[in-house]
Amino acid sequence: MPESTTKPLPEITADNKPYWDALSEGRLMLQRCAQCGKIRHYPRPVCDGCWSMKVEWVQASGLATVHSWTVTHHPFHQGFKTELPFTLVTVDLEEGVRLNAQTRGLDPAQLGIGQPVRIGFERVTDAITLPVIVSPV
Amino acid sequence: MSLREKVAVSGIGETNYMRGTDRTALSLTMEAALNAIADAGLSPRDIDGIIPYGLGAVAEDFVTNFGIEDLRFSATTPMGGASAVASIQCAMVAIHAGLCNHVLLALGRTGYSGVRIGARVAQMPQFRIMADYEMPSGAIAPAQIYAAMARRHMELYGTTSRHLAEIAVTTRRHALMNRNATMTKPLTVEDHQTSRLISEPFRLYDCSLESDGAAAVVISRSDIARDLAKRPIYVMAAGEGHPDSPSAITQRPDLARLGIAKCAARVFGQAGVTRADIDVAQIYDCFTYIVLCQLEDLGFCKKGEGGAFVMDGNIGLSGKLPINTHGGLLSQAHIAGMNHIVELVRQLRGEGGAAQIRGAEIGLVTGFGDMGDGALAIMRRG
Ligand SMILES: [Zn+2]
Repeated sequence: MPESTTKPLPEITADNKPYWDALSEGRLMLQRCAQCGKIRHYPRPVCDGCWSMKVEWVQASGLATVHSWTVTHHPFHQGFKTELPFTLVTVDLEEGVRLNAQTRGLDPAQLGIGQPVRIGFERVTDAITLPVIVSPV
Repeated sequence: MSLREKVAVSGIGETNYMRGTDRTALSLTMEAALNAIADAGLSPRDIDGIIPYGLGAVAEDFVTNFGIEDLRFSATTPMGGASAVASIQCAMVAIHAGLCNHVLLALGRTGYSGVRIGARVAQMPQFRIMADYEMPSGAIAPAQIYAAMARRHMELYGTTSRHLAEIAVTTRRHALMNRNATMTKPLTVEDHQTSRLISEPFRLYDCSLESDGAAAVVISRSDIARDLAKRPIYVMAAGEGHPDSPSAITQRPDLARLGIAKCAARVFGQAGVTRADIDVAQIYDCFTYIVLCQLEDLGFCKKGEGGAFVMDGNIGLSGKLPINTHGGLLSQAHIAGMNHIVELVRQLRGEGGAAQIRGAEIGLVTGFGDMGDGALAIMRRG
């Protein structure tokens, strides 16, 4: 069966629309529980600290540190074949939650746990902008 | 109320394992199921409980094909590679509750000839978070996130690719002793270390196979199993464990800890045995690193010491903990761990063939799937 060469896109729902809308405007927004203040990610309806469903959105600083990473060489999806190899980094955002995204302009051989990085933005479609991991300066 | 040894494995069955087939997963599943039922000395119509894998065949398929008149229990345990072992707990509970006497666990797939993993995962509800937030960035397969787990383990504890190679090479050696293994050539450490990179630190030989085939197990009430065709293999204890942040590894507080860590102490306690009592272990091996991490999470060594633990022949046939005596998912076939249950039962019956661990009386089998779910069963020869 031929696989799609179109890259997968997220399903925009009422739960996550503010997140994707903000990314499109170049801002990383996170959910904060309106009851107890706990920040959570990825977007979801309930706070696992106090079970409140009241949520507010706060802008993340974009500052982060490297938690782990992988350099992918195998074409798991035809849509990414021309970009191989690419580096996926899991980062700890300053706000205490994590994100997984591709790097731009970072040497994978130089990566290490705790290394400071920053969140950048890369437009994919009119509706979708993805976070990317870039150098802090 | 203890469920200790209330149920036993009464029958096991497999198809030939292949890489390439025209047959359907349904047909393969039925063949393995019939083999397991015949092995127990039962009739297909004696089966009154069914836990299918959830892909391939559904409970109704068994009713239709076997002419079962009164199926009294059916369930699924949708935990990916942990499903097969998790369904042992499920069967145990159903049988002990008096709902049924003989539960069939059956798992068949055309993982080589059918739809490949990358195309499957996106449609599964347990991967929805990954589909929305990670796949768009290119994290398509769980392997890529497991690779980040392995990288973290390496950075924190000094684990190396050479440690992972030891698992791949040992498992291949066992497969070469098994006539129903799809890998038939020896594998050296150098072969592993020079194999192509998949998603670092994983190389080709850190990854399991894609296979066609099926395996099945019959679990029966212990007092009935004692009078069936084969020596009963008692389930001393079984359980499942779910990791924190089960659907988003990225958000998991400890990337180097799997769901099985949550149930290990519980299951060992219920079984009333210690790690030193385990003669043989079938450890779910979708990736070499997942074996290493489970050995730590099961308590065979401390967190971070898995690399040293697998070296020096410790996990070989004459080692202190022989693992994956059939060749595992890495070198026998990827039958999602149902083949691990079958192999544990073989070993405890003394039917292990060339790879038989002499005097094996107590063993365990694990499952791992859906990004971290775990399952564990400890069994004893009757
Ligand atoms: Zn809250």
